[in-house]
Parts: sequence; structure tokens; C-alpha cells
Amino acid sequence: MAAKSKQPVFESWGRYPKVDCRVEPLFWTDEFPRGTRLPPAVLPVGMGRSYGDVCLLEGGTLLSTRGLDRFLNFEPSTGLLRCESGVTLAQILQFAVPQGWFLPVSPGTKHISVGGAIANDIHGKNHHVAGSFGSHVPSFELVRSDGTRMVCSAQKNVEMYSATIGGMGLTGLITWAEVQLRPIASRKIRYEGVKFSGIDEFLSLSSGSNHVEYTMAWIDCISRGRNFARGIYMQGDHSEVIEPKKVSREPRLSVPFDFPGWVLNRTSMRIFNELYYRKQLRRHVTRLVDYEPFFYPLDSILHWNRIYGKRGFLQFQCVIPWRYGRDGILAILQTVADAGLASFLAVLKVMGDCPSPGLMSFPQPGITLALDIAIHPGTTFPLFERLAEMTRELGGRLYPAKDARMTGPQFRSFYPQWRQFAEYRDPAFTSSFWERVTADA
Amino acid sequence: MLKRLRRPGKRDRKREFPSKIIVLGATSAIAQTWMRLLAPEGASFFLVARNAARLESVANDLVTRGAATVYAEAMDLDPTEAHPALLQHAVNLLGGLDCALIAHGVLGDQSAGEKDFSLAAACLQTNFISAASLVTWLANYFAAQYHGTIAVLSSVAGDRGRKSNYIYGSAKAGLNAFLDGVRNRVDRNGVQVLTIRPGFVATPMTAHLPQGPLFASPDAVARDILRAIRSRRDVLYTPWFWRWIMAIIRMVPEWKFKRMDL
Repeated sequence: MAAKSKQPVFESWGRYPKVDCRVEPLFWTDEFPRGTRLPPAVLPVGMGRSYGDVCLLEGGTLLSTRGLDRFLNFEPSTGLLRCESGVTLAQILQFAVPQGWFLPVSPGTKHISVGGAIANDIHGKNHHVAGSFGSHVPSFELVRSDGTRMVCSAQKNVEMYSATIGGMGLTGLITWAEVQLRPIASRKIRYEGVKFSGIDEFLSLSSGSNHVEYTMAWIDCISRGRNFARGIYMQGDHSEVIEPKKVSREPRLSVPFDFPGWVLNRTSMRIFNELYYRKQLRRHVTRLVDYEPFFYPLDSILHWNRIYGKRGFLQFQCVIPWRYGRDGILAILQTVADAGLASFLAVLKVMGDCPSPGLMSFPQPGITLALDIAIHPGTTFPLFERLAEMTRELGGRLYPAKDARMTGPQFRSFYPQWRQFAEYRDPAFTSSFWERVTADA
Repeated sequence: MLKRLRRPGKRDRKREFPSKIIVLGATSAIAQTWMRLLAPEGASFFLVARNAARLESVANDLVTRGAATVYAEAMDLDPTEAHPALLQHAVNLLGGLDCALIAHGVLGDQSAGEKDFSLAAACLQTNFISAASLVTWLANYFAAQYHGTIAVLSSVAGDRGRKSNYIYGSAKAGLNAFLDGVRNRVDRNGVQVLTIRPGFVATPMTAHLPQGPLFASPDAVARDILRAIRSRRDVLYTPWFWRWIMAIIRMVPEWKFKRMDL
């Protein structure tokens, strides 16, 4: 019955780095800390959908919160939900959508836990109007390794509240949290897709849609020359036509095994990007779509990360402030296109200026670019080094939840507040990411 | 147009049954996921488990998910003298009863129980004596009202004693025989007695074991249980393939079996 393969027991979504750690599942909020049996180094982990190593701990114990999946209270009049931290956004949607409520902030996947959403202070297509997830979490309970339990909110334990939002799970275990949902009339989204070529067209589309709740753009990072930086601008609002709101169906597709490394190559990527760009025939389309394909197109295929093969992939997400935004993003896109490594999931979005309560929160006003790149030893890592350095020179920052490669000095210049944050870190809590970026400080 | 009439039968128990439910061992993972299937239909629950704080979070979860009413009582079910009063209290609060799920149990420590019989006796007490006492009261109650379902979480471990967990297995084997007898007695009164024999399920009880491909999710098991209750099954192996695995294990002749490492 024991696993024969040497696969690590727990992998992050990018499947890199491979780290040796133990997993201890939690089923009840009173199970941590268990007196003297506390292992020396722990890290809470939810669904493991972070791409790099913020959810890994070499040689330590991961406290898996998947068993903390209970709803504790819901006010149907105000939309305030209280639930344990292992509840996933998918479970919230399944519960709340039929009652006419929706997530305040939706990332690109619904298979993440509430605890993870707070710890990484995630953002979504509505960042320019709603801010990050942490702005919609009025309070939560934090348990420290010394057994202290504290309810944190904007009024109580404010410093801990601020350090825990975006705190990468390092300040303690979140046992339950309140999430303020938003009302909807229908499952449908009034979708609008516009093809663009070049960053300037993207920026003018963005400034023209400040009033639209959800905006983002898919961008072709492979084509050069005439087609450089072409893409599809996607935006949408919740439909206001009142409709019955049914429960979503389970996904039917799954990637059953790891693809061999050669499947994703420059040619197949180019073909994919070409097809994706041409999928939308007209320059401008508007239609009503269900929220599932609009927000979570990739969730319809389980284990899609297996297409990158065993070696896994890296995600790069930076935000570049407005001052250098346009030219900075262009320079980064040019570097990526020249390297010829980019894959099909490149996303461009304008971030707004809603401040997050989180001390270490990633979003800042500007333009954010996210892309996946398969790991080819020898070429991928140098490219990432260059991209991180460019981000630093442009005054931007990288997103720890998606990172596996940034260096200590880079991290500390992206997040100069890290020393202040370190004071709130629980001494027993750490992660491979934290060790990597603070070891040489 | 004529409306097609049909005699009331099995299918009519589909939705909204059961609706007045007592769950013993309500903090068990399988019991929790099973109750979550019924809560949105507006069922009422009476929950019993040892840990009051954990019981409260389970009760809150069910109320939030739409349960009509949830009563919770924190107590240890090992002493059987308290059972009749407890069950009568539940019936009074719920205003009747149409289903009971007995889900409390402990895996016990096999190797410690081999050396110290008092540990083995405690395992038998929880898994067999206590469950048998509850089933006795419930069978009499349901037989008198001529309907009701008793669903009991047993285990495939009860199908044959093995050196790795025969203390737990023998308690479940005794329970299986007890339930067969009770079923034979009260079936004629319209009472369903369902013996649930799950294989490996990914729950806190098995969290210390290495998880292999035979492990099922509590959700899959809970769905099987609800389907079995609604179609009035007697014995449920869940997931289904355990019926065949255990059939093979039971067929191995004893002279061979006694030398195997299982």
C-alpha cells in the first residue's frame, strides 16, 4: 500500500521545487497546537495551489487544513459568511450562488481555501474596483504555536490582522474567517471580448472600462513582429436579470497522467496561441456567459498542471507601477518573446489603487503580467533571473504565491516592510520560501 | 390526459427521507459528510458525540447548510445504562424519529490490546456492546411504529479476523451478526436495518496509515450510504469493489489464511 515512487508527498501547483516534508492533516480547529508534540517547524497549507514554495517546507510539517471544512454561520440578509479556513471557494460558490451571493474576489481558480486566500491576499479580475481578498475579510481567528487564540479584525489585534493578510501563513494558523459575500441576481456574466494588438490598444481599452467590474486580457507572448503583444481584452459584469441560480456541475475532464516534456514546445505553443487568438472571429463580441467559464476556464480540466510534465513549471507574476508601466511591460514582453519559452497562459491586467489591509500584500497600482513557463533546465532559470531583475529596476514587485526563484535581495527590495513583518511571524512557523528569501539577510 | 398512477413503493422514499434523524458519533467524518447531504433538504438532527466544542461546530455547519433544527448532546456512549433515556429524549425533541445512524467507533491499538486485555475490552465495549445496546432500543421503537431505518457503520474488517486488527474486526464481526439477527426480527415490521461495511476511507481514523489507491473519500461513502437507505438495502459494501475483495478473502481456506500476513 505504501507509495513506491519517489514522488514527494506534497507538491505545489507548479510542481517545483520538489521538497521533502511531512503532512499532518487537521480535522478540528482545536487540534493545533497539541501540547508538547508540536514539531519544530510547521506551515499551514490548504489546497496547495500556490505555484512555488510558499506552501512548502523542506524537512518540516505541513498542517493540512482541508479537514477544516465547516460553515459556521451565514447571514442571508447581509451575505456575511463565517467558515473554517479549509473551506474552498468552490464550496462557498456551491453553497452561496443558489442563495444569490457571490465571492467578493475571484482568482483564476476556485479550488483554493479561504485560509490560503487570506495568507496570499489574492486578487482577481475586479482588483481595480474591489481590491484584494483581504479587504473583504472582516475578521478571523489566529492560533499561535504557544496556544494563544486571538480574533483579529480592523478593531482588535490590528497589527496581527494586518500581518496575517498576505502573511504567507507565517503568523499562525487561521482556524476560521468571516468573508463578506456580494449579491448577484443571476449566474450569468455580460461578457465583452475585444481583440487588440499592442500594449497601447490594451491600455486604451483598460482606461475605457474603469466602470466594468471584471477586466483582464489574454496576451500572446510568443508572436513577434507584426503580431507582437496582440491579445484579447475580456471584460464583464454580473447580469442583472433575475434568474434561478442552479448549482454548478462537477468537472468531467481530467488530465490523467504527466505529459512527456516534448509536448509543449515552441511550435505547439505557437499553434495554440494562434488558435486562441483566432477563436474569436470578430474583433468585438458581446454575449451572456456562465460565471464558471468566465472566471475559472481552467478548472474544467482537473490536474491541468500535468501537461507540463514531471519537471513542472514556473509562474512569473509581476506588477509594474504606472510610472514605468507601459514601457516596463513592453520590455518584459519583449524579453519573454525573444527567449521563445513562453506558454499559453499569459494574462495582463490593470491593478487599481484600493489599499489592502495586508502588510505584505502583493497588489499595487499599475499593470500586472502573469505567465507560465515550463521548466527547461538551462534556459528557464536564467530568463527568470533576468525578469526578476527587470522587475526590480522598474520599481515593481513579484508575487510570492507564484514564485519559486526570486533571490533574497530581490525579495527584500520588493517588500522593504519585511523586517516589520518578521516580528509578527510565529517562531514555529516558516516555509521554504521564507527560508530562501531571508537566509542571507 | 390520464395521469399515470403508481403504487407507492421504494422510489417514493427518494427525497426528503430521512427527515428526523439521530446520529450517534456525529463527529465521525463519514457521519458529517452524510449529514451534509441531508441538511439542505431541511432535515432535523439530534447529534451525540463526546467532544462538546467539536459537536458544536458540526451542528453550526448543518444549520448553516439548511438543516431545520439541530440538537446536540455531548456524552460518552460507552456506558449503556444511559442509552434508553438519551434516545427517548431525542425522540421527544425531534417529535418522532425515522432514521438513526450509528457511527461512533474506535480503531483501537491492536498490538497494545494483545498484551493488555483491558484495552481490547474497551474496544469491544465501544464498537460492539454500545452499538448493540443502541440498536436494541431503536429496533423496538421502530418496530412499534412500523417504520424506520437503522444504519450502522460496521467495517469490512468484520468479514474475517486478521492478525493486524482482529480486536476491532471481531467487534465488527459480532456487530454484523447482531444486525443480521435484528434485521430478521424487525423486517416484518417494515424496519430497515442497514449494515454498512466501508473499506479504507480517508478519515481521521485512518490518517496515520499510508494512503493508497484503495482509499475512498468520505463523500463517496456518504453518497453510497444515502442511496442504500433510500433503496432499502440490507448490507452495503462501499466502495462497491470491497464486496468482491472480501468475497475472495473469505474464500481463502483457513490452513492457508493462518500463514498469511494480512
